[in-house]
Amino acid sequence: MTTNVSALKPQPSAKEVFGKIVRNQLFIPLVALFLLITFNLVTDPGFFKVSLEPNSAGNLVLSGNLITMIDYASELVILAIGMTLVTSASGGQDISVGATIAIAGSTVLRIVKTQSPDISGAKFAGIIIVSFLLCVVVSALFGAFNGALVAFFKIQPMVATLILFTAGRSIAAWINNNDNISINDKRFSYFGNFIPGVAVPTPVFITVLCLIVIAIVLKVTNLRLYSQAVGINASSSRLNGINPKVIKLLTFIILGICVAVCGFIKVSRTSSITYSVIANNIEMDAILAVALGGNNLGGGKFNLTASVLGAYVIQFLTTTLYKFKEIDSSSISAYKAVVVIILIIISAPIVRRKVDDMKNRREAARAEAEALKAEAEALKAAAAEAESIEAASAEAGKETI
Amino acid sequence: MKKFVKLLVSSALVAAMAFGVCACNGGSTPTTAAPAPTDAPATEAPATEAPKTDELIKVGIINNDPNESGYRTANDRDMKATFTAENGYEASFFYSLKNEEQIAAAQKFIQDEVDYLLISAAGTSGWDGVLEQAQKAGIKVILFDRTIDADESLYEASIVSDMAKEGQQAVEWLASQGLSEYKIIHIQGVMGSSAQIGRSGALDDKVKAESNWSIVKQQTAEWSEETAQQIVQAVIDSGEKFNVIYAENDNMAKGAAAALDKANISHGVGKDVIIIGFDCNTWALEELLAGNWNYDGQCNPFQASYIDDIIKNGVKTKVVIMEEKGFDAKTITADDVKNYGI
Repeated sequence: MTTNVSALKPQPSAKEVFGKIVRNQLFIPLVALFLLITFNLVTDPGFFKVSLEPNSAGNLVLSGNLITMIDYASELVILAIGMTLVTSASGGQDISVGATIAIAGSTVLRIVKTQSPDISGAKFAGIIIVSFLLCVVVSALFGAFNGALVAFFKIQPMVATLILFTAGRSIAAWINNNDNISINDKRFSYFGNFIPGVAVPTPVFITVLCLIVIAIVLKVTNLRLYSQAVGINASSSRLNGINPKVIKLLTFIILGICVAVCGFIKVSRTSSITYSVIANNIEMDAILAVALGGNNLGGGKFNLTASVLGAYVIQFLTTTLYKFKEIDSSSISAYKAVVVIILIIISAPIVRRKVDDMKNRREAARAEAEALKAEAEALKAAAAEAESIEAASAEAGKETI
Repeated sequence: MKKFVKLLVSSALVAAMAFGVCACNGGSTPTTAAPAPTDAPATEAPATEAPKTDELIKVGIINNDPNESGYRTANDRDMKATFTAENGYEASFFYSLKNEEQIAAAQKFIQDEVDYLLISAAGTSGWDGVLEQAQKAGIKVILFDRTIDADESLYEASIVSDMAKEGQQAVEWLASQGLSEYKIIHIQGVMGSSAQIGRSGALDDKVKAESNWSIVKQQTAEWSEETAQQIVQAVIDSGEKFNVIYAENDNMAKGAAAALDKANISHGVGKDVIIIGFDCNTWALEELLAGNWNYDGQCNPFQASYIDDIIKNGVKTKVVIMEEKGFDAKTITADDVKNYGI
C-alpha cells in the first residue's frame, strides 16, 4: 500500500517522513525515554548533573542520577539480550532467570567465600576467573535444561521454565548450605562498583562488552536469520535445512550465559546474597524490556537495539520512582504498572498495525475519491465532447439540408 | 551430529535433575554439621534425663521453609540441634510456607500419635479444627515464632518474638545518641510482614512525636540489599542530607552501606552516618565490631531451648515473649558475635 501511495505522490512529504519514523521500532522506547527525561528535568532541573567526586577509597568516580541509572540497568540490559533471542526462536519467555541468577550468584560466592581476604592479587584473579567460569558452566547447564524441555519435549517455554522458577532459589540456597554470606575482600566488590582509578562503574563496561560480543555474533553468524526463521515457522525452516531444536536450545544456552554474567554482577554489588529476593521479579522486567522494544512476544523477527533501549527505559522509570519522596512505598509498583501498561499497549505490534491500517485506509480512501473525481471529470469532458460533436454534426446537417 | 546433540542434551538434563534431587536432600541434612549456638541451660541437662525415661518423646515440628531467610535457617538449625535422640526426642520435621499444607501435615502427625506438636504457622487462621483433633488425641501443642487466631485453651503455650519491642529498643538507642537533628532514611521490609510492621511502627511514632526527627526517605526494599542500595543511591543523587539509616534487616543495611561507600560518605562509630540493622547475622555483628555500623537489633530465632524447657519442666506462662538483645558497636565483644550471630 505504501508503495502505491508514494507512487501517487512523487515527492515524499514531511508527513510521510514522520510516518516512517513513527513506524520504526525504536520510536516508542525513544519517546518513552524522552518523556521520562523531560519529566525529570521539569521536576528537578539538576537531575542530569554528573559530577566527578572521590569515593570512600579515595578514587575519583562519576556520580549522579544518570550514572546511577545506566549502572543499575546493566543486569537488565544483559538479560534483555538473551531474552530477545529466546523470545524470537521459541515464541515464549524464560521466567526462571531471576531464580537462576540466584543460582549463578550462589555458585560464585561458594568459591570466593573460601578465600581469605589477604591472598595475593594474582591468586585472587585466578579465583575470580575460576568462579566466573564455573558459574557460566552451571548457568549454561540450567539454560540447556530449560532449552531441552522446550526444544525436545515441546513444552511451552513458560511452563518449562516454571520448574526452575519454583526450585531455583532453593537450589541456590542449597549450594551455600543456606548460609547468609558476606565477603570481606574489598577486591570482590570491584565488579559491581568501581575499579580503583576508573571513574566509570564496572557493570557499564561489562554491559558494553556483552553488547559488542552479541553484535559480532549476530554479524558473523546466521544466528539472527536462523532464530527468526525458527520463530516464524519451525517446520518450514526445518525443510530448509535448519534444525529448530538446536537453534532453540542454543538461544536458551546463550540466555544462561547472560544470566551468569548478571549473577556475578549482582553478588559483587553488595558482596552478599539473599537467596529469596536477589534479582526479584527481574524476569518480568526483562520480558517487559523485550515487549517495550516492540518485539513480537510470539516469536519471529526481533530488534535487539529496541530491547536494550526498553531495558534502559524500565530502569530509568524505576530510578525516577525511587527519587520521589511523595510516592508511598507500598504503591510504587502500582505507579510503575500504570506507565508500563500505557507503553506496552502503544508499542504492541497489533496496535501499531491497526494504526498503520487506519492510516493506509484513509490514504486509500483519499486516493479512491481522487480517482472517482478524475473519472467523473473525464466523463464530464467526454459528455461535453460528445455534445460538441453532436452540435457540430447538427450544424453540418443543417448546412446540408 | 544429531546423536551427539541428543547425548549432550540428555546428559545436561540428567545433571540438572541430579542437582535438583541433591537440593531436596540438602535442605534437610546439613544441620548436624553446624551446632547452633543455644543460649539457655536446657541443652546440657538432658544427658542425665534421657536414660531415665528410656523412651523418647515424640515431637512433630511444623515450620516455615528454612530457605525463607537467614532467621528461619538459624531457627531450623536450632530446632534440629535441640530435638535430638541424645536430648531424649524423636523429632519429625515438616516445612512449608503454605498454611493448608501445614495443616495437612499436622493431621498426619496426629495420626502418627506424636506427644507434642510444635507449630510455626504460615497463616493465622484455619487452625481450630486440627487443634481440637490434637486436644482429643491428647497431644499437646506449642506454638513458636508465630501466633494464630485460635482459642487459647487449644494450645499449651506460645513462644513469640515481640517485633514492636525490637523496634522500640533500636529507636530508644538512637534517641540516646543525642544528635541535634535526626534525618533518617528508613528502608522497610516486605510491607505487611510482622517484622516490618513492628520495626516501622516504633520509628514512625518517634518521628511524629519529636520535632527534630524527620524522615528523608521511607521506602520498602523488600528485604533486598540491591534495592536498598538503589534507594540510598537515589537519595544521595538528589543531594538531600541525612545522618541515619534505619534498615529493617542486615542485608538491606549492607546494601545501604555499599551505596554510602560508593559516594564517599563515612558511616559507623563517630562518623557522618549512623547505620542500624536487624537480625544479628554473624557478618553484621562483625561490621559492628569493626565500627562500620552502629547498632544491630536481635530477632531471637533460638526458641528451641524455651520449648525444651516447657516440655521438661511444665508450662509457667501461656505466652512467652523471648528476650531480645540490641548490640551497640561501642560495647559489642567478640564473644557476643560468637554467641548471638546467626
